[in-house]
Amino acid sequence: MTLLTRRNFMRTTAAGLALPALGRNAFAAEPLKVGFVYLGAIGDYGWTWSHEQGRKELLKALNGQVAADYVENVKEDASAIPVMKDLAQQGHKLIFTTSYGYMDQTIEAAKQFPDVKWEHCTGYKHADNVGTYNSRFYQGRAVCGTIAGMMTKTNTIGFLGSFKIPEVVMGVNAFTLAAQAVNPKITTKLVMIDTWFDPAKEAAAADTLANLGCDVIAQHVDSPATLQVCEKRKIYGFGYGADMSRFAPHAHLTASLDLWGPYYISRAKAMLDGSWKPDDAWWGMKEGILGMAPYNKVVPENVRAAADKIIAGTKDGSYDVFTGPIKDQSGKGCDSTRCGVSFVGGDLGGRS
Amino acid sequence: MSLAFIIDALVTVVGVTTPILLAATGELVVEKSGVLNLGIEGMMLIGAVTGFAVAFNYGPDLGDWAPWVAVLGAAVAGVVSSMLFAVLALSLGSNQVATGLALTIFGIGLSSLIGAGYVGMTVPSFDSVFPDWLAGDPFWRVLFGYSPLVYFALIMVFAVGWFLNRTRAGLVLRAVGENDNSAHSIGYPVIPIRYAAIAFGGALAGIAGSYFSMVITPMWAEQMTAGRGWIALALVVFSGWRAGRLLAGAYFFGILMTLELYAKASGFSFLPSQFWAAMPYIMAVVVLAVISARGVTGSEAPACLGRPFMPNA
Amino acid sequence: MQVATPIASVLLTMLLGAIIFELIGFDGPHAIYETFITPIVTSYKWQDVLTKAAPLIIIALGLSLGNQAKIWNIGAEGQYIIGALAGAGVAFFLPTAPGFLIIPLMIAAGVLGGMAWAAIPAWLKTRYNVSEVLSSLMLVYVALQVLNYLIGGPWKDPNGHNFPQTPPLTPAESLPNALPGTVIPPGFVVAVVLTLVFWLLTSRSVYGFSVRTVGAAPSAARYGGFDASRTVWSTLLISGGMAGLAGILEAMSQLGQINLGFPSGYGFTAIIVSFLGRLHPVGVFLAGLILAVTYVGGQVAQTVVHVPNATAGIFQATMLFFILASDILVRYRVRIIREAPRPKAATAEASA
Repeated sequence: MTLLTRRNFMRTTAAGLALPALGRNAFAAEPLKVGFVYLGAIGDYGWTWSHEQGRKELLKALNGQVAADYVENVKEDASAIPVMKDLAQQGHKLIFTTSYGYMDQTIEAAKQFPDVKWEHCTGYKHADNVGTYNSRFYQGRAVCGTIAGMMTKTNTIGFLGSFKIPEVVMGVNAFTLAAQAVNPKITTKLVMIDTWFDPAKEAAAADTLANLGCDVIAQHVDSPATLQVCEKRKIYGFGYGADMSRFAPHAHLTASLDLWGPYYISRAKAMLDGSWKPDDAWWGMKEGILGMAPYNKVVPENVRAAADKIIAGTKDGSYDVFTGPIKDQSGKGCDSTRCGVSFVGGDLGGRS
Repeated sequence: MSLAFIIDALVTVVGVTTPILLAATGELVVEKSGVLNLGIEGMMLIGAVTGFAVAFNYGPDLGDWAPWVAVLGAAVAGVVSSMLFAVLALSLGSNQVATGLALTIFGIGLSSLIGAGYVGMTVPSFDSVFPDWLAGDPFWRVLFGYSPLVYFALIMVFAVGWFLNRTRAGLVLRAVGENDNSAHSIGYPVIPIRYAAIAFGGALAGIAGSYFSMVITPMWAEQMTAGRGWIALALVVFSGWRAGRLLAGAYFFGILMTLELYAKASGFSFLPSQFWAAMPYIMAVVVLAVISARGVTGSEAPACLGRPFMPNA
Repeated sequence: MQVATPIASVLLTMLLGAIIFELIGFDGPHAIYETFITPIVTSYKWQDVLTKAAPLIIIALGLSLGNQAKIWNIGAEGQYIIGALAGAGVAFFLPTAPGFLIIPLMIAAGVLGGMAWAAIPAWLKTRYNVSEVLSSLMLVYVALQVLNYLIGGPWKDPNGHNFPQTPPLTPAESLPNALPGTVIPPGFVVAVVLTLVFWLLTSRSVYGFSVRTVGAAPSAARYGGFDASRTVWSTLLISGGMAGLAGILEAMSQLGQINLGFPSGYGFTAIIVSFLGRLHPVGVFLAGLILAVTYVGGQVAQTVVHVPNATAGIFQATMLFFILASDILVRYRVRIIREAPRPKAATAEASA
């Protein structure tokens, strides 16, 4: 009977996987199993969606050499540990945990599965078999800031964030500094809504920013609600993580794109040729994991040129938004309406 | 503080308040009939996903009628899910608290399951039906710029208030909620009345849910109501089970929530934001204590609230 | 019937679930198998099941006591949170206390914290006749805000890069994941012990008798001298204490850190456990295990069959629906009567 066969299959597989990996020389011939732990749904057109695109690229690029599975909607609490252990039990040898809140769970699971290599996104804890990886999201913010500074008519731009964590703060600062560089008169209005996910609240907050005079709004939250409000209010906005123009065809000027494919491919290759080592990777536009969405047709030529110049400068290393006469206050948040003065130092990348 | 600023703020407040008002109005009727339905959040989510799915799947075919049909679909979905509760609580006499909670958990799960294929999609927003020169006008939009659901919510709360206090049918419903056995002995059909009330509550909860997925943010995301169903419940309590106070209370909550955002955007935060977020619930508890202690008639919980109907005959 | 209905509920849920999943397009039987059977037959999942079951059982034991007296504590989730915060707070104020001292203190603080939070609805009920359902429920959301405030403000981890979370508990302040050499979590041992305690309490003590009487026949209870007020206080405090205990045990033995993901909904799921277990301690114990299986199985099913992880909630709610529906079979005996007796007798007599 089918059920009986399945039960036996499960038992044998489980038992087999529980054996220590002795004499697995034949393993090299099998495809490398890569696992992904996702925070949200793969269809969210945001954070998780972009990781999923990376996973698909990995499958395409190393077809036949890797197999890649994922688990979505994994909460950032202790229940993530069994999920990670399951992936390890099922034979995945390289596992990417794609959210900051998985940090301790990754370390814990890694302790129990020393043969498996773990990579934690946006974290800072390492181990012999745990590395971290991050993207220079602020580079995208710099491009958006440039565009915002040039296209704002009210000289008030807005930023909708979730919590005052380093990543968000860096983003706000990069956005503001870049805008100020092209338009010294701008001020940034900032709202932190203290939640990662609440579309209605995001919409209300975006509305509020618009009411307070912002005519370009950037966001660091998990839904395109902000852009939808921008579209309604006939102001501009930027997508984050993915091209969100389908939600706001007129308002969406561009978006910073998270392109995880190249990173995943490189790490899988390192596994395949045995050169994997725990790393603290902080890639960006130059390495190809951050890109920009096509400009909206309303963006004028001179603005595009300016933005393109920033992109080119970022890629060849000649431009960095965090330079110039600014004080170093690592870790300090950005509270007031004028975010130009405080900034988060470059050493934040080392999470010190 | 210019006029434009006030208008802008009002528009935001209305947007924030409407779904809570809708859900709470429905629950008010339910509770007035003596039933406590804790499944609001679940029904709202089912309504949200249904409305979105209908709009998405049949939008192109229905054209201009699409959002109306979708909202109708959301209402029907709300009614159907409320019937799940009603059959258990009324005909089978089950514990209303547990049944309502089960409905919420079920609704959250079911909506996520159904909605899984719709994540990342969008539909046209269900915006104002008034002509653009009215709805878009910087001043007149405070009256005409809203989705039809906003006006529907206002009409409903007045209609419910009038129904409960000025019609015979409303009186009967209130009687059923205050003393079901007496109502039964007079000859009023207690169970069918409660069924109707629960269905009404379900419809409004479903419509309230659709407001999220079709007006505020025309998309679907899991648990996108983010706890508004519980605020609606708190609102019914806070209002002392009176429609007029429900309307005032809803806007009061809405103003609180909007103020919090303005304060943050302007850099003020003299009290932590969590304090404001907790305010609706704290106030609901305080009001509960006050009205239960004073025993002011007409402003208490319906006496039979939450108790299954066991006819003595 | 008392025992048959919970079993039937579970089986019916499995059947219904399989059908629904097939209709939606997933592999129904496989999904059910993974959710309900795999956690039981796969040995490396046992620890996960026991870990998940412990808080559910502990909280539900307390809730069942009150439920027998028809006192509905819906706010267990809030008491769980406050208990955990209270216990963690003790740890933060006494950072250098040795393990054998701090652990009992933390546990005591957790219990007291939960009791204190449950005292509010108790006071409101006895003093102002406020429904404990509504008051305890509202307080859950207040507790959530207290949590958000503390972990985002005064108790924020200074090394946490501004993320809303507490500092991690030191090893002296933590419990191991499992007793050495076994897969049994310490929380589960507590659950077993408490099950016995509650069983003795409810079936063998005068107190237990008084609680049941107050619930079943309030007038008789008054006649017997059982004070309803005292029952309200005692049952709410006990269930609050249990919820707080579960909270601090979770905080101490899982990740050792309280963050936004900490409220796991155990307080609400425990209500289902309490009903499924028919308010009887042993039943609650078994029901807790079953619901833990659905949690763990739901996540396994997500990994293997790719059903959304929301399905665990659907199963749990469905089991509750069935058990509530079958409640009527327990309270009343089913007799098939064609019509109301009197007219029938009249007709029978008339025609005789």
